[in-house]
Amino acid sequence: MSAPAMGTTRTAQSDASQKKKKGPGALATAYLVIYNVVMTAGWLVIAVGLVRAYLARGSYHGLYYSIEKPLKFFQTGALLEILHCAVGIVPSSVVLTGFQVMSRVFLTWAVTHSVREVQSEDSVLLFVAAWTVTEIIRYSFYTFSLLNHLPYLIKWARYTFFIVLYPMGVTGELLTIYAALPYVQKTGLYSVTLPNKYNFSFDYHTFLILTMISYIPLFPQLYFHMLRQRKKVLGHVEEYTKVE
Amino acid sequence: MDALALEAKAGKADAAPAPALATKRPKPQKKAKRIVYFEVEIVDAKTKEKLLLLDKVEPTASILDIKSMFHKSNPQWYPARQSLCLDPKAKSLKDEDVIQNLPVGTTATFYFKDLGAQIAWGTVFLLECVGPLLIYLMFFFRLPFIYSPRYDFTTPKHWVVHLACACHTFHYAKRILETMFVHRFSTGTMPLRNIFKNCSYYWFFAAWMAYYINHPLYTPPMYGEQQVKTALMIFLFCQLGNFSIHIALRNLKQPGSKVKKIPYPSKNPFTWIFWVVSCPNYTYECGSWVGFTVMTQCLPVAFFTIVGFIQMAVWARGKHRGYLKEFRDYPTLRSSILPFIL
Repeated sequence: MSAPAMGTTRTAQSDASQKKKKGPGALATAYLVIYNVVMTAGWLVIAVGLVRAYLARGSYHGLYYSIEKPLKFFQTGALLEILHCAVGIVPSSVVLTGFQVMSRVFLTWAVTHSVREVQSEDSVLLFVAAWTVTEIIRYSFYTFSLLNHLPYLIKWARYTFFIVLYPMGVTGELLTIYAALPYVQKTGLYSVTLPNKYNFSFDYHTFLILTMISYIPLFPQLYFHMLRQRKKVLGHVEEYTKVE
Repeated sequence: MDALALEAKAGKADAAPAPALATKRPKPQKKAKRIVYFEVEIVDAKTKEKLLLLDKVEPTASILDIKSMFHKSNPQWYPARQSLCLDPKAKSLKDEDVIQNLPVGTTATFYFKDLGAQIAWGTVFLLECVGPLLIYLMFFFRLPFIYSPRYDFTTPKHWVVHLACACHTFHYAKRILETMFVHRFSTGTMPLRNIFKNCSYYWFFAAWMAYYINHPLYTPPMYGEQQVKTALMIFLFCQLGNFSIHIALRNLKQPGSKVKKIPYPSKNPFTWIFWVVSCPNYTYECGSWVGFTVMTQCLPVAFFTIVGFIQMAVWARGKHRGYLKEFRDYPTLRSSILPFIL
């Protein structure tokens, strides 16, 4: 199979790629375990904060304010995950991870934080709740995977809960952006008009509308990808039991 | 087959009178040469379904010949969209590979992958360039519905706007002419969906740039005439440089030959950059766009320059690595795109 001329260079390259596939070293694994434990704990804090606030107030409204700071802190902390992929200690695509994290960070800071008027909307609770449950499961999944002791329940939860949580989160996000639109247009938030010396303009209102439209092609792709992953990951167990 | 048979007959006639000649023959033979025909089986790489069995294949047949034969029985798969490999996970075999030189027995199995609809490189290049050329002009001539009618009959265009249009048009016209008369493409085709990707990129950025430069509220550069003239010099210098490199690269290869050669500086001063860079065509192209950015002082142009630079840097590094792999004596002073930096 090997072409005679480039034989030596090919084998050298395949050795290098094999070494890469072995995964993170001991130090990187320790760091990642700590990172994932901290993130799990952080999102648990947010979850507990939401529950306590609900019990104290007796209603679902305005719960954002009770968890605003930990939400901002831990969601922004997820930016580290892009670095993990870039450095290579996590085998995911930098682009894909970057895209996912940036969209979350965008919603947290550029929409919810920036437009005060939407912070009391119920749609905020919708996506915060979805994110909270998803992240608790996801980070505990990574923690256990790194320690090679993954309980089936966590794996099942990770690949099943998204079926409800994903649409729930997307609905919350879209409603929040939609609620922000009139305020953005009125105040010209983050917008630049002509003329200016850099010959550039940016209309944040239009940008938000385009963002909402972009959910239409993107969300189904991500959703069906997760469904396919579910079949692959959870489907295997059924195969093994059949063989036995 | 006939040529070989003739050769065999000639060998029979010559062998008797001139024994010295017989030693020159690569295979000492007095009988007609027995040609070992190959049997070729083409199997779908994914489904492992047997698609075609070819018997009596010439040992000197190339992969392209086999692809042509496969195309006859499966007309929907023209040779350009066929990928034949020795293994489902291996790289595609090249069209010029000859079957008897491949590590296969007399029964060869090739795994087939459909590369999808293909389009010629030249066609893609032309479409990529004609779009921006026309789109920019649409904005320059302020076609209706682009800019608000409240700007009608306001101040005339600043002279730098005219200059920018001339430069932009010249750049893409040059590219179109080069695609038609200068470039020699080593690979014939690319997947059809690339045309949507490539055209969207070029056409979108052309429209974005053109909108601002030709806008009635366009603000001319901060440092006025000095800035524009300097930027124009840079732009023209790099355009000439880029053209010189394209000519130099064209002259490296004979038409149809696939032999790779190292490009070297020539008498043309613009090619002297070959001492320090592997892909100066990309270097000059980036330089042109930097010139255009400074000339127009327009942020979207800066974005286009940056994105273009990133893409060209990736291509340059790939090309540079290819050169290093191919040639043991490749000059070590050269960087891929930026002298001594990248």
